Amino acid sequence: MESLLNTISKSFVMRSFPGESQEIKNEEPEFVACKKCKRRSLKRNWIDNYYVCPNCGKYRSISASYRMSLIFDSGIYKEFNAHIKAADPMKFPDYAKKLEEKKKETGLEEAALSAVGKIGGYKTVVIALDSRFFMGSMSSVVGEKVTRAIEYATKKKLPLIIFSASGGARMQEGIYSLMQMAKTSAAIAEFHAAGGLYISYLTHPTTGGVTASFASLGDITLAEPGALIGFAGPRVIEQTIHKKLPHGFQKSEYLEAHGFVDKIVPRSEMRETLIQLLRLHVK
Amino acid sequence: MIDKILEKVEKLDVQIKELESETAQVTRGLVKAVGSAQEVLEDTEVEREDWKAHNKEISKLKSMREYFLAECEHLTPEDRVFLARHSMRPHVDDFIEGLFTDFFEQKGDHLFDEDLSIYGGIAFFHGIPVTVLGHRKGHTMEDNMKYNFGMPCPEGYRKALRLMKQAEKFKRPIITFIDTPGAYPGVEAEEHGQGEAIAVNLAKMSQFHVPVISVITGEGNSGGALAIGVANRVLMLENAVYSILSPEGFASILWKDAQRKKEACELMKLTAGDLKEAGVCEEVIKEPIGGAQRNYKAVMREMDATIWKHLQELMKMSPNELKNDRQSKYRKIG
Ligand SMILES: [Zn+2]
Repeated sequence: MESLLNTISKSFVMRSFPGESQEIKNEEPEFVACKKCKRRSLKRNWIDNYYVCPNCGKYRSISASYRMSLIFDSGIYKEFNAHIKAADPMKFPDYAKKLEEKKKETGLEEAALSAVGKIGGYKTVVIALDSRFFMGSMSSVVGEKVTRAIEYATKKKLPLIIFSASGGARMQEGIYSLMQMAKTSAAIAEFHAAGGLYISYLTHPTTGGVTASFASLGDITLAEPGALIGFAGPRVIEQTIHKKLPHGFQKSEYLEAHGFVDKIVPRSEMRETLIQLLRLHVK
Repeated sequence: MIDKILEKVEKLDVQIKELESETAQVTRGLVKAVGSAQEVLEDTEVEREDWKAHNKEISKLKSMREYFLAECEHLTPEDRVFLARHSMRPHVDDFIEGLFTDFFEQKGDHLFDEDLSIYGGIAFFHGIPVTVLGHRKGHTMEDNMKYNFGMPCPEGYRKALRLMKQAEKFKRPIITFIDTPGAYPGVEAEEHGQGEAIAVNLAKMSQFHVPVISVITGEGNSGGALAIGVANRVLMLENAVYSILSPEGFASILWKDAQRKKEACELMKLTAGDLKEAGVCEEVIKEPIGGAQRNYKAVMREMDATIWKHLQELMKMSPNELKNDRQSKYRKIG
């Protein structure tokens, strides 16, 4: 197992603990304001509340690495395929420059993080998309990392959890982005055929090409409260049909009521729910 | 008629309960008095008399209740239909709570809608992961409206199928609880393919390689019941009924007169005993006298033992044997 991981990539152990996140380090030292209700709360309270506004309950996006640290036992996991670098397959104007800027700004190589580790003692492969990097959009690198992680889980007969957070396709990569939908879906189909458990966890926002591929193919579909989930964005739909959209349209709760989500899981219950599902499935 | 008997019995239940709680208070008082000073002795003498009188009254009421309940030994098919539909009868959520652990509810058909008239998910039964689901009815009018009185739309059947397909994938036994007036008769239900949804379930269920046990717990009417009931073993609670449609519907189609329900009940051969004889059901699960609603604990005990017995037998069979066993069971009927 160890040696195999090493052949996949220069693996390394990440070790971070809930609360030691970088999420709000650039903001004011003591107080952090909620983007929705504008109320300022103590940084400590934000952290204790898993970055859910202590005042109004609005979910703040969290980074992929922080998500990992919340769900793995003692926050310990092994990242793999970390060094697949973003590419510019279309030679799209300014894209290479923008990629460099984003990398610097976020410290990320791309919008997907893949890892393996134990959750409640069950060895599991986890992929998390990071919405800070080009809105978690599906580039060929994202598609490749997701696919490799799925293939790894298939080969090793490990359960798979994917946290989606994506604005959809990476426009600058055009048709290459589109093809990632087919590639990742095919990998999931093979994974299912081999009898693996795939838990798809939808977070804000899950849209476009990610919704129309691996995010919708879970055995179990979970969602964070209040997340926007859909294929076409609400603005596009509104402009097309010239009608006001129903209240709460495309929110997690709306999707649950329309039969697409098994359970809405608050961030505070995320780890326990995953452990329950692993317990029910892993022999 | 059982409804009249139960009315009397339930009145007695209330009286007995009241008296028993009063007596318990007196008993507590007496116990305290014995431990304390002499001065309360005279008081306790009076209370002791009270206590004796109470107990006498209780045993009188209880023997009256026994007397009435004895009449429930011989129920007509119509009586059983009444009990099968009793609003306080245990329903799928009660069975899941009473018989399973670590339940994770799975919602939606992941296609079009979440149909609350089907309730199910994954749970442990005797430490084994299983898929459990059933028609959902409520104990109150409000809940019944929410669950559409246990009448699924196509979305409900497709949700059930989604859950059962996962059971097949993960090699989990399937346990279903059947209790429905029938599939929902509605415009949208037809537009969304009610017939197709039921048909696909029947076909797919016949193909599964895992043990399937169905328990008819209340009323099992029409294809709406069978759509989650193609099983290796069909078990029935003693007062459950299973038929081509409701006795009212039967009477109205056959004689254009829904009032002739009693007659229909007699003719339809819908009781657990009838169906065991016909080879449709493998075992009848005993209910407490007067119906399952009178003692949930006793029902759960019987049901747990019976399901577990059959599941253990089925788990000895190979995947192909399970599939063939199910197919030949239905091939042989009629
Ligand atoms: Zn807020």
